[in-house]
Amino acid sequence: MDMLELRGIDKVYRSRGKEPVHAVRALDMAVEKGEIVALLGSSGCGKTSTLRMIAGFEDVSAGSIALGGRRIHELPPARRKVAMAFEGYSLYPPLTVRENIAFALKSAQLPRAEVTRRVDEIARLVEIEDILDSYPRAISGGQQQRVSLARALVRDADLYLLDEPMGQLEPQLRAVLRGRIKSLLAERGMTAIFVTHDQTEASALADRIAVMEGGVLQQFASEKELKGRPANLFVASFIGEPPMNLLDAEVMRSDSGFRLSVGTDMRFDIAGAGLDVEAAKTLAATPQVRIGIRPQKIVVGTGDVRVKVVSNQWLGDQSHVAGDCGGRMLIAVTPGRVAARPGEIVSFALEPRHLHIFGGDGTCIRHAEGA
Amino acid sequence: MEHSSLAGRIFRGVALTLILIFFMFPIVWIFLMSFQTNEQILRIPPRILFEPTLANYEALISGQLRTAAGNLQISFMRNLFNSVVLSSAAVLLALLLGVPAAYAFARFKFRLGESIAFTLLSFRFAPPLLVLLPLSLYYQELGLNDTYFGIVWVYQLIALPLILWIVRGYFEDISPDIEHAYRLAGHSWREAFTRIAVPLAGPGIAAAGLLSFIFCWNNFVFALILASADKQPVTVGALAFVTASGIQYGQIAAAIVLSVTPTLLLALYAQRYLVEGLSLGAVKG
Repeated sequence: MDMLELRGIDKVYRSRGKEPVHAVRALDMAVEKGEIVALLGSSGCGKTSTLRMIAGFEDVSAGSIALGGRRIHELPPARRKVAMAFEGYSLYPPLTVRENIAFALKSAQLPRAEVTRRVDEIARLVEIEDILDSYPRAISGGQQQRVSLARALVRDADLYLLDEPMGQLEPQLRAVLRGRIKSLLAERGMTAIFVTHDQTEASALADRIAVMEGGVLQQFASEKELKGRPANLFVASFIGEPPMNLLDAEVMRSDSGFRLSVGTDMRFDIAGAGLDVEAAKTLAATPQVRIGIRPQKIVVGTGDVRVKVVSNQWLGDQSHVAGDCGGRMLIAVTPGRVAARPGEIVSFALEPRHLHIFGGDGTCIRHAEGA
Repeated sequence: MEHSSLAGRIFRGVALTLILIFFMFPIVWIFLMSFQTNEQILRIPPRILFEPTLANYEALISGQLRTAAGNLQISFMRNLFNSVVLSSAAVLLALLLGVPAAYAFARFKFRLGESIAFTLLSFRFAPPLLVLLPLSLYYQELGLNDTYFGIVWVYQLIALPLILWIVRGYFEDISPDIEHAYRLAGHSWREAFTRIAVPLAGPGIAAAGLLSFIFCWNNFVFALILASADKQPVTVGALAFVTASGIQYGQIAAAIVLSVTPTLLLALYAQRYLVEGLSLGAVKG
């Protein structure tokens, strides 16, 4: 059963004398029980607005929210059974760290021993045992963030909302905490939604990722699917590091299917037999498309695409080779070192089966094979 | 500080003493005057050393003002009591009305919100006398003239805008997410206001309350026009010391000392709260 269901959510911020801001548009999303979902997107894409509407600090302009079968979008925050870790931490200043974490448990009138046990347990998990008796103003931003996270996770709630839960932490600690929090959530079957703009964090922690842009949910899928089968040009270029290579191509009919030409330098034959009917129809009606290929799928040193090397970086475990091909930039990632200096000519192999093809409106016409 | 030379320290000490004398002199002189008779005060040249007398305080407390022209009844203690009642009631009422209003202005954007807030502030712009003339006519019609309630109501012109605008700033400095966190933990909006917002803005509320108390205490014209003898505060009551047989400097000084005392005590008490919350800024992280 779906734990959380967002239906047709719209959020419009209106302020006098200004254009209304449409922060979230027609958002439909269903989160299963025990699932961890990331809301991923750049600043101002509507992800935090979505989170705050679920928590109840923002009204929904249209649509409905159901949590565990209850319609919650008209309930006050106190009755939604939702826990939240805030981006700005928002700890209670007059209380110690321990009291901050225990606050909701005490309000729920749990026995004192139980409260202590749970606070100690969660404090160990996020490594704040040694500052339990400090006050929020006396600890660092990273520590405050962990306290805020602990304060949310210690509660019994139907849904956990985490707004940029690890933005302030050092990289090593972040990696450790991600693992621990993921296993805690999984072990207890907790349903969580977190907001992030960090792809690595989204991939590491979430079961599914909701990519948002301009208030619109672009795609809601697993990381593998987002990478392999991006729904549109935005997801394709947003997900993946380094980003997908994108080129303009002209579509022509050929004997066996279609021929996509990028200027005079590259040509790709797409067999009509490999396309489904819908895709073939769309492709036939689209003279200009965008084609995309992941840098990891370009093979350096073979193939018929000649590029002039612009840069060649060895990152310790992989090489990023950027090459210029008739004014278009292509980036290739290979696992080994490449002996090519800037200015030299090398060959790149781009196979037609690895191409994603996007139509004029940005939606994907064909995904790469084997994804 | 530790690295400063001996000369520097001496200079600093001297400078501080001079400044202290300069600012404290009027108050110290009044304090000394309050223990002297009119003759001692008016003696030329004035003397620092004198034989102290409690006659001034006695006269004030007993209400018997002995002058060369005979005995005069004064109701100084009554005036002092009126001042305490009027100022406290005015500040309490202003806090009850102003703190929730300040919260509303800080947290919610509503139609005409800024205009209302500004209108309330503009009460402070108007010359009090200009307001008073029509007001006293209305008060006579409404029967509010010479009532505690009427004066307390007029004092809202002083206290309410001050509290509203100072406390609003403090509420705006508190991250709304602290209240949100509290509400998510199962508390109502009202509890978040009383248990989180108000305590966190406590120092601001204390400061605004103290300031408006001082302004109310020192008000003169409102009470002069709207109150008769038995409702007058000390500021108006002090006029009684200008008698037919001259100005009673000794008693005035004693009256000043007595009338400053409640405000001073309140300020010392409120200081605790003023300092306590200065760490609030750390919340923003």
